Amino acid sequence: MSGEIHTSSDYIRHHLQNLTFGQHSDGSWGVAHTAAEAKEMGFWALNLDTLGFSIILGVIFFYFFHKVAKSVSSGVPNPAQNFVEWCCEFVDNSVRGSFTAQNDLVAPLALTIFAWIFLMNFMDLIAVDFIPLLATSLGIPFMKVVPTTDPNATFGMALSVFAIVLYYSFKIKGAKGFLGELTLQPFGKWAMPINLFLEGVTLISKPISLALRLFGNMYAGEMIFILIAIMYGAGWVMAGFAGLLQLGWAIFHILIITLQAFIFMTLTIVYLDMAHQEHH
Amino acid sequence: MNINATLIGQAITFFIFIWFCMKYVWPPIMQALNERKQNIADGLAAAERGRHEHELAERRAIDILHEAKEEARSIITQAHNRGTELVEESKGNAGVEGERIITAARAEIEQEVNRAKEELRKQVALLAVEGASRVIKREIDAKTHDELLASVAAQI
Repeated sequence: MSGEIHTSSDYIRHHLQNLTFGQHSDGSWGVAHTAAEAKEMGFWALNLDTLGFSIILGVIFFYFFHKVAKSVSSGVPNPAQNFVEWCCEFVDNSVRGSFTAQNDLVAPLALTIFAWIFLMNFMDLIAVDFIPLLATSLGIPFMKVVPTTDPNATFGMALSVFAIVLYYSFKIKGAKGFLGELTLQPFGKWAMPINLFLEGVTLISKPISLALRLFGNMYAGEMIFILIAIMYGAGWVMAGFAGLLQLGWAIFHILIITLQAFIFMTLTIVYLDMAHQEHH
Repeated sequence: MNINATLIGQAITFFIFIWFCMKYVWPPIMQALNERKQNIADGLAAAERGRHEHELAERRAIDILHEAKEEARSIITQAHNRGTELVEESKGNAGVEGERIITAARAEIEQEVNRAKEELRKQVALLAVEGASRVIKREIDAKTHDELLASVAAQI
């Protein structure tokens, strides 16, 4: 099985490969056992680990929140309700702070984004070898634990947000208003192509920056964990040093995962606010 | 690290989660939060109202106390005045009474004096007549000179 590890670069490559399910080149369907096989499957393949972990995390989150929401009371809250309310108030305050229009979708959307991305990022703090090793021993060739280190996940969310932004842009401003915004600023109607180019770049950069910022941060963080993990194999001194490094980086990473989830949420709110604002 | 259909799967999952959150999670929690906010606001307002009422009652109590004090003071002043008046009145009465008693006494004294004078006059007249009768016992008849003697007694 090609999931076996011989060198450092094999180790890294193994850690960065998703568990991909798709059609093999011989026409049969199944899980890819090498990176090359996964590549050959083309677009119509699914990363089972990314989807699986993100769905499990989302379900855990919504199970907990829904359970609390069902028994919620306006009296003295129990600890679980307290926590849930604290989360919701935090999101609600962020929405009130940046979103000026009236839309019932935005706050639940922001809560979903924040909680889901936070949980997916949080998987980064589980020891980097733990789950892949478990998976390998169960015969699963690859297992990438952190869904947000897969650009499919981040782009999937960013493009969804982008679709919502476009939907509300058309809905609030109308096709004419939205196109006018794209073509008549900032230089007036005689410089339409330049305006379109500038505004188009601004528009397209929204989902790309959303997706790549989250992906880049998480990918880099994961990579550092992997590199630290490699140091464990380089003698006692290095192993001790690696332990310290891992602890430090994990503590620092708690900040990063929260911050990235918060940034994704805030930018989504801001983009939606822009979609709701009419200006000429 | 290939872009593949996971993207679509992730997007679909994302939309389902948003829908679920919007439908089943967010509204009840927000409703509870708003209800509690309302409860707290009501409680605070009630407390404020209670404090206000208490303040009013206190002010009213002070007013009543003031009034009572004022009334007591006026009653005391009145009583004082009445007392003084009474003293003055009795003083006046006593003066008049004394005057009257004195006048009565004087009148009585005068009467007594007059009576005594009358008595004396009679006695003197009797004495004079006695003396005169002793002196001129033999020739003078008492009866013929009674008239003369009475006019002399009236002149004294």
